[in-house]
Amino acid sequence: MSLTDLTITEIRDHLTRKQVSAEELVRAHLERIDQQDKDVRAYLTLSAERALARAKQIDQLVSSGDPLPPLAGVPTAVKDVIVTRGLRTTCASRILEHYVPQYDATAVVRLESAGACILGKTNCDEFAMGSSTENSGYFPTHNPADLSRVPGGSSGGSAAAVAANLATTALGSDTGGSIRQPAALCGTVGMMGTYGRVSRFGLVAFASSLDHVGPFGRSVRDIAIVLRTIAGRDPHDSTSADVPVPDYAAELDAVDAAGGKLTGVKLGVPEEYFKGLNPQIGDNIQKAIDLFSKLGCQIVPISLPHTEYAVGCYYIIATAEASSNLARYDGVRYGFRAPGAHDLRDMYEKTRDGGFGAEVKRRIMLGTYVLSSGYYDAYYLKAQKVRTLIARDFLEAFEDVDVVVTPTSPIPAFKLGERVDDPLQMYLSDIYTVTASLAGIPGISVPCGRTAGDPALPVGMQLLAKHFDEAPLLRVAHAFEKAGGFVIS
Amino acid sequence: MALTEEHVRYVAELAHLELSDDEVRKFLSQLRSILEYVDKLNQLDTSRVEPMAQVTLNSAENPALRADQPRRTFSTDEALSNAPEPGAGHFKVPQVIERE
Repeated sequence: MSLTDLTITEIRDHLTRKQVSAEELVRAHLERIDQQDKDVRAYLTLSAERALARAKQIDQLVSSGDPLPPLAGVPTAVKDVIVTRGLRTTCASRILEHYVPQYDATAVVRLESAGACILGKTNCDEFAMGSSTENSGYFPTHNPADLSRVPGGSSGGSAAAVAANLATTALGSDTGGSIRQPAALCGTVGMMGTYGRVSRFGLVAFASSLDHVGPFGRSVRDIAIVLRTIAGRDPHDSTSADVPVPDYAAELDAVDAAGGKLTGVKLGVPEEYFKGLNPQIGDNIQKAIDLFSKLGCQIVPISLPHTEYAVGCYYIIATAEASSNLARYDGVRYGFRAPGAHDLRDMYEKTRDGGFGAEVKRRIMLGTYVLSSGYYDAYYLKAQKVRTLIARDFLEAFEDVDVVVTPTSPIPAFKLGERVDDPLQMYLSDIYTVTASLAGIPGISVPCGRTAGDPALPVGMQLLAKHFDEAPLLRVAHAFEKAGGFVIS
Repeated sequence: MALTEEHVRYVAELAHLELSDDEVRKFLSQLRSILEYVDKLNQLDTSRVEPMAQVTLNSAENPALRADQPRRTFSTDEALSNAPEPGAGHFKVPQVIERE
């Protein structure tokens, strides 16, 4: 068996039957990273010792016949905006090139307690700002489906690692689409839960009202297992929700028991997300909708009338919050400090100008401007009101439908370097994903076939549900997967 | 009102960023086009809409407050472990106030 293309369930099965050891699994991944990652460049920092130490603990449990935790032996990658104790965390920025956190993020604690073996930290856009991973302060990641193309962003490294079998599962972060869009471009599954479903403690903050931690995986079941592990109230994060976490994998079992049918499920198709849609993407989504019909769904046309204002709204709110969150990178307590400053203010300015990349500076500038005296009402306050309208569109839609289906990305993976000179064009890549972030609702992107022609690039389909409806969302995604939706043609 | 170079320099000052003249020019044109785009939000009448600062809708009594009891977090050494210039248990920085 190939040890690097197993699902979490298969790993558990092989371990229990002693067909493979956790140590062998980790070593197989480390070997594959050694061979392949020079081309994919998913990882920034590897943590072989940490992964092997956890693997040995798991192997002990297996040999003593003790019960195995849910993610026993699962080789996992973590996006480098999520802190790991004693393991360098850079946020793909030069300003944190040597930063070694003194604590683990809650999601990391929960994964490791569940037996996951962390292989390393993955590349991303600097401070999670971007849609292609080209804004990394180190190097871009390459899409495993076509190495001359971007993996998407900002969690490009995590998406590529899972797509290239360099990890079984990975953690990413999603603020305006940063899990869902790279999942779509790389052909994996990526999920963002409801805001507050997963603790943000240890996620380096970009935009605090929009940030989420979430999983990548190769199957919906893997996503369900990881989400259950990391979700739930955390006293360290006051915005984490005090809402019980269902057994998401058991919800999928219920779908299997019902023969994979979705009888009576109402699927909303919002017209605004299909206007002017690239047919390379549109054709596949339409085939997916037809498949949903066959599975018993009722297809309901809906309207989300404020969709066209979402990107503008997002880029005001997100950059405003970012300008505040990134004020802490000033050379005082951690990170890069510019030499030769003559006073404190000079140190701040030289440090920040020297340590931050162009996109980060651009967003800080935009955010500072829209919050500044005289402009706050016109921009930030206005955007907060538009946010209410966008959230209301969804609340109203979910009175009539259970799940909403949309394309994840307006285009398939583009070539490296193709969009770097036009920031606004890059922002428009987020057009289908920012709405869910603004509304705080959960969303998942699943593979939905490939584009016709050469190269055949992954296409992603997004499913959205109302707050804390991750279970129905996962059930629908799982039924789609079971019915062959991932390879639809 | 269109963004000017003065605006850009002023905002850079607020954000503690020391921009080169080249950066100022580049950001001026990029920020102008982004601001032009976001201007479309003014097509919407939001006079009777509440601003949304938090996405946590339908929040019950805030469970986030805890008793005011001190807890152990980091030791001084741990807290200083990434300091560019630690000294005497503190973070050292260049002078804050000019001395005459």
